[in-house]
Amino acid sequence: MILTGEWSPRYHEDQPDRIPGPELGDYTGLPLTEGARVAADTWSASRLTVPEHQCKVHIAPYIYRGPMRFRAWEEKDPQTQRTIAIKHYINTYEQERTIWMDGRAHPPEWAPHTWQGFSTGEWQGDILVVTTTHIKSEWIRRNGVPNSDQSMMIEHFIRHGNVLTHNVYWVDPVYLTEPLVRAEEFVLNEKSGGGDWLWPCEYVEEVAERPRDEVPHFLPGKSPYLGDFAYRYGIPIDAANGGAETMYPEYMEKLRKLPKAPKPVVQP
Amino acid sequence: MRHRAAVAALTLIGAVVFGARLQMQEHPVTPAWGASGDIQSLHVQGNVHLLVGAGGNIAVQAGDEGVLIVDTGLPQFAEKTLAAIRKLSDKPIRYIINTHFHSDHTGGNEVIGKAGSTIQGNPTAIIAHENVLKRMSAPTGEVSPTPVAAWPTSSYVKGSRDFFFNDESVMVFHDDAGHTDGDSIVHFRRSDVLMAGDVFLTTSYPVIDLANGGGVQGVINGLNHLLDLAVPKHAQEGGTYIISGHGRVADEADVLEYRDMVTIVRDRIKDAIGRGRTLDQVKAERLTIDYDRHYGSQTGNWTTAMFIEAIYKDLSPKRPESRK
Repeated sequence: MILTGEWSPRYHEDQPDRIPGPELGDYTGLPLTEGARVAADTWSASRLTVPEHQCKVHIAPYIYRGPMRFRAWEEKDPQTQRTIAIKHYINTYEQERTIWMDGRAHPPEWAPHTWQGFSTGEWQGDILVVTTTHIKSEWIRRNGVPNSDQSMMIEHFIRHGNVLTHNVYWVDPVYLTEPLVRAEEFVLNEKSGGGDWLWPCEYVEEVAERPRDEVPHFLPGKSPYLGDFAYRYGIPIDAANGGAETMYPEYMEKLRKLPKAPKPVVQP
Repeated sequence: MRHRAAVAALTLIGAVVFGARLQMQEHPVTPAWGASGDIQSLHVQGNVHLLVGAGGNIAVQAGDEGVLIVDTGLPQFAEKTLAAIRKLSDKPIRYIINTHFHSDHTGGNEVIGKAGSTIQGNPTAIIAHENVLKRMSAPTGEVSPTPVAAWPTSSYVKGSRDFFFNDESVMVFHDDAGHTDGDSIVHFRRSDVLMAGDVFLTTSYPVIDLANGGGVQGVINGLNHLLDLAVPKHAQEGGTYIISGHGRVADEADVLEYRDMVTIVRDRIKDAIGRGRTLDQVKAERLTIDYDRHYGSQTGNWTTAMFIEAIYKDLSPKRPESRK
């Protein structure tokens, strides 16, 4: 199977999460640990004004979710014409990702981590199966739900004609109690060449007087947004808080019996 | 249920692929591979290599002029460390720099120092902040905690020390009252590698050695100093590499996450102290819960409880010393 070409995503699945982005406090369907929920509940979007945070890149398990497109090609050994690697150039943050196909081992635990991690792939029939380690810390959801640098990912790239299905199986022993499974669809661009493939980023000083040792965050229980999402959409707090249980169909039965979220009271 | 079955099947695959890493791990300051005695090297960048397995991480800068070592590991692994250095270069070992005085970073000073020499033929120069010398030595007539041959021979007093070696500037900076009161970070400017010492760990909460002059604000200052020195190459990645005191090689983005964590925990404990909470109450509030599975430990030489206690004591109003 050949995956070479330029692929554009279709956003019909999980669109609110992927394009406008999730709302604060929306952890629905995520198998979070208690610690992950606390991290997200105390996260402040102002963190992104810190210069070193401004050009942070979406990690491999996340980057295919958002606004992006990618170009795939194969790198061949000139002597044998065997495939050494499958490469992806992702326009978001100008990321070049390498999926090694030559059977090499993953680096040792003391090696650096990167946004796209270290990936090795193999063909299982017509399905490209990719295993990725050495991923940096970033987020699982773009509202402060964290991802740790101990996370790992298995992907399945499945081509059906000009449609590509991308399945992600995401493990994080720090912030997930169970693997998180997601999927996206891409369509092959048959007329290539257009569009903007660049994503330059330079930080600026957004808050000039901020002390060097100040990191924006809310103290536990002090975020003014706690409970806001659940109340606005009339869903139980328990469901908004996520957890592995909320991923499964059986949860629908429990959901019907839970009370809707009350109007949040902002803590002084 | 089909979805659940599919997830279960994938989980099994993942367990096979990732093995024990799927399980919740204890996170001692030094991971098992960090003090195994099986010394492994990794080329970091430019002239600089990392050695792991001897206790604290070791940086080796090697070139035509000789070899410079930052930290020397545990004493029991000194010979193995020396052998690992010799695999990287057979040039004379000219300098040792100690990032602080703890034995997992200075334990090989004597053996490795004697194996090398200065250009004048003296034992290898050992550079460290003067507080390292104070902690490792003793006044005349008293028994010192370490042998004389392990002591720094070239201590510095002020905020920095610099020299040129192997075609690059070597900058040694002192940040006060962080991990200890004698911390140094080392910047190899052409190679663009920083050796952080124990102010930055990827495997545990920072060890704040209050008894030896450490403090949480100093750790934060040290981490901010690393952020100031590091320059990413593209999109907050690469560029300057930072060798942690224990754990893996990192870059600015990794230090940033760690700095944020320490700062946030400091703020939470400071707030709890302001609310009049006792140490036991602070521990019961689980103010580090979002980081515990990554950096915390219930056992070992640096537990989560010890980390919280150190910050609590450090930030609590100091009682005036009683009159003698």
